[in-house]
Amino acid sequence: MKRQTFLKGAIAAMALAAVPLAAAAQDTIKIGEINHYKRLAAFAGPYKQGIELALEEINGGGGVLGKPMEFIFRDDQGEPGEAIKIAEELVTREGVVMVTGTILSHVGLAISSHAAEKGYVYLAAEPLADAITWASGNKYTFRLRASTFMQAAMLAEQAAASGAKTYATIAPNYAYGKDAVAAFKENLLALQPDAEFVAEQWPALFKIDAGAEVQAIERAKPDAIYNVTFGPDLAKFVREGTDRGLFDGRTVLGLLSGEPEYLDPLGDEAPEGWIVTGYPWYDIQDGPGKTFVDAYQARWDDYPRIGSLVGYMTVQSIAAALEKAGSTETEAIRDAFEDLSLDTPMGPITFRALDHQATAGAYVGTTALQDGKGVMVDWEYKAGADYIPDDEYVKNLRPEGQ
Amino acid sequence: MGFYLAQVLTGLANAGALFMVASGLSLIFGVTRIVNFAHGSFYMIGAYIGYTLMQVLPGAVGFWGAIILAGVAVGLVGLVVEMLVLRPVYKAPELFQLVATFGVILVIQDLALLIWGPEDLLGPRAPGLRGVVRIMGEPIPKYDIALLVITPFVALGLWYLIARTRVGVLVRAATQDREMVGALGVNQAWLFSGVFALGTALAGLGGALQLPKGGADLLMDFNILTSVFVVVVIGGMGSLPGAYLAAVIISVVNVFGVTFLPQSTLVLIFVVMVLVLMIRPFGLFGREEVAGEHGQVGEPETPIHPAGPRVRLLVAVGLVILAMLPLYGSSFSLVLATDILIFCLFAASLHFLLGIGGLVSFGHAAYFGGGAYVAALLVTHANSPMELAFLLAPFGAGLAALIIGWICIRLTGVYFAMLTLAFAQLLWSLVFQWGEVTGGDDGLVNIWPSEWLKASTTFYIFTLIFTVGGILLMRHVAHSPFGYALRAARDSERRAEATGINTKRVRWMAFTLAGVMAGLAGGLFVFSKGSVFPNELEIARSFDALIVVFLGGVKTLAGGVVGGAFFKGVEEILTRFEYWRLALGLLIIFVVIVAPQGIVGTLRNMFRRHVKDET
Repeated sequence: MKRQTFLKGAIAAMALAAVPLAAAAQDTIKIGEINHYKRLAAFAGPYKQGIELALEEINGGGGVLGKPMEFIFRDDQGEPGEAIKIAEELVTREGVVMVTGTILSHVGLAISSHAAEKGYVYLAAEPLADAITWASGNKYTFRLRASTFMQAAMLAEQAAASGAKTYATIAPNYAYGKDAVAAFKENLLALQPDAEFVAEQWPALFKIDAGAEVQAIERAKPDAIYNVTFGPDLAKFVREGTDRGLFDGRTVLGLLSGEPEYLDPLGDEAPEGWIVTGYPWYDIQDGPGKTFVDAYQARWDDYPRIGSLVGYMTVQSIAAALEKAGSTETEAIRDAFEDLSLDTPMGPITFRALDHQATAGAYVGTTALQDGKGVMVDWEYKAGADYIPDDEYVKNLRPEGQ
Repeated sequence: MGFYLAQVLTGLANAGALFMVASGLSLIFGVTRIVNFAHGSFYMIGAYIGYTLMQVLPGAVGFWGAIILAGVAVGLVGLVVEMLVLRPVYKAPELFQLVATFGVILVIQDLALLIWGPEDLLGPRAPGLRGVVRIMGEPIPKYDIALLVITPFVALGLWYLIARTRVGVLVRAATQDREMVGALGVNQAWLFSGVFALGTALAGLGGALQLPKGGADLLMDFNILTSVFVVVVIGGMGSLPGAYLAAVIISVVNVFGVTFLPQSTLVLIFVVMVLVLMIRPFGLFGREEVAGEHGQVGEPETPIHPAGPRVRLLVAVGLVILAMLPLYGSSFSLVLATDILIFCLFAASLHFLLGIGGLVSFGHAAYFGGGAYVAALLVTHANSPMELAFLLAPFGAGLAALIIGWICIRLTGVYFAMLTLAFAQLLWSLVFQWGEVTGGDDGLVNIWPSEWLKASTTFYIFTLIFTVGGILLMRHVAHSPFGYALRAARDSERRAEATGINTKRVRWMAFTLAGVMAGLAGGLFVFSKGSVFPNELEIARSFDALIVVFLGGVKTLAGGVVGGAFFKGVEEILTRFEYWRLALGLLIIFVVIVAPQGIVGTLRNMFRRHVKDET
């Protein structure tokens, strides 16, 4: 009896899975998009809206290769194992021509490995881990956003110019935080060999004990602080740090701290005078960057976050690659991505053939308070190409034969 | 000196919210024996409701009023949850209710997203308490001082309630022997509802109180859960002074860990927990569990027996159908079936431990993920061939289970569960932290099977052989003399010992076998996915297995397998929808209520009744 019910259940589940979903019309080009829509709703929502805006624009203009483009959105619950299963389904059953998506780096790395094994193209849009294009890079994986290393290098340049000598770092205790601190150190020490790191704090991700961290940094009396915390951790760190006077008279550098996703929830308690990477959409006056902001606001009745921009650029990149490939064959798309150049709201970018990293840059500026909100002022767009180390360095990092 | 004082004060202030949430969990467990996984969710909605109320209520009165109202509101939500979801399943096997609370977590997550939106909310400041006071030159936020003062009052109030009032007498009596309390004419239903409401109200209060130090976000439910469990266990399940002391110890240890061992943030509290449990197995102020042995409530169970010829035939037919899947199924159905089979083996291994051995492990993912990591590490660092790495995966996991089991089997019941959880967390933090070897959060990638196994079809057949083989082996063991000894130890430890069974050793071996089987599942998993990340060792993975075992039916042989297939199948379908967490949560709650013996158990009862009616 017991086994019987098991078998019934198992067979029913498999029968259900074997029934193809309503067979969609064959005349669209399908792209698989896997993301943590629920687990990281605050990031995935604007990202998806950016994708939808770009899709409407491209399909309104005739699509690519004469066909409309269609994205199939799937939720992986933030689990690498689930993401692989979905990728498998998208590729073998839904007939997608390539896969994109994920925010969390480890899920991106899992899909990347799967893409190389099964032979489909994966465009990692949001994940920042250096490993995606370097240590774990492979032939089929490309990355759009400026990596952790590149953004940290931009802040290291600012730090070197600030005249600070001693530094404290605070970063979440996981891969991204460690990469971000290592890259910052490496770049800063190259620019300013006498810089000294007097404290390194590693709070557990989203479990920061902010008061204690602030006290510990204060105790080291650094000239400057390099912050990698984000989300609720950043809010707590800023609040405790401001209350206890940690930031007074110190240079503070914040990786990603200027992105609307992280800066906006702080409201009128947003820190002032931090040098950050972010996205000052409110202050972009002209050019394609402005066109995008206007189109986004008109379409969604909401303002763009950095995720919106990344989603938009993801679709643009894929469309450009497909046009260049002239076909939807994997190898053709893969070849097309190498040295692919296109114009985006950020400016022109190129997917480097060497390591498959796009040269998208980041906006670097200083935080200030305006009308009770944190904003970036005196910002500048830094092109990504200037912050990628030389070719020899990159070649040594990438696995052989990739 | 001033610095140390400041750090201690920071730690004490942090202990406030933690104590309130933990005392709520402790109270609920003490009286109702429910391990409330959803406790973090009540903490989260406390923060959200407090935030909303603070937006509308003005001034200092409004602020403090909002905190109290948030506690009351969450208590009411808790009352509703208790009456609708938990009351129907009190008669179910022990710990079954945690499945229902898991459903509640999913429902609350989606509802909170619907109501308050995805963006993090920054907590409002307490009026008049912005800024710091200087103590020996060190800045201490005023709100920290307020928390320092409030927490002992809440603790004292609770202590008074429990120690000095009639309600408290009933609560304490129920904590010791709830059946006796019922026999003496106390309305248990209302006592349980009241305690559950009080416990959740405390969680809500904690959530609202921490607002000025942080805010409300959608991940805070799971983020606090581990620390709360740790506090409750260190303090002793059901003990309020214990919860307070443990909250203070954990918070202060953390604060100094941050200063002197900044890298230790992940692992420190689990080390403390393991140390405390090894010295004082029932926590600082806990007492040995008197009641709550497995299978106490509900009707006595019929012993399991080997399947009859009819069932065997059916199983054989089913296996043939499964083995023929490559002939009629799509390529994706093979991948999906591989996933489900692996998960079923993992669930079955926990079921063996839980159902046959009566040992509830909250950290079974350690052996699943452990097996996966053993294989992945061998491939990455020793370039070992896939076949060897795969064969060593169960051995590695078994070795871990052998060592951890040796320490854990000294405890029983919920303390055993918590110690296994602590070890699983230790292993997780080791893998997470030791980036040079394990890749840390970036995991280990490119762990693919050998050329001859690469095709989905062959890998599916490979998986089918090992998973079905593993499951059949465990069934066989359950009916072997060893299995009988294990069941005897579960049902009556004393009688088993009197007949000459070394119950500790039997349990230890069962724990190891379950670890080996979970490791086998892990080995299959890593080669089917090509990569492994620390989340395969996480609490969430352990909970997954626990949920499906209960969902399938603890007291049946096929529970783990059926639960696993059902859960994975339903999840596969539901995650295609926007509000899948809400749907999945409601479905779980529904299944729990209509099938309190688990799916297999309830179907079996229906079948038996049907047979009885006909004869």
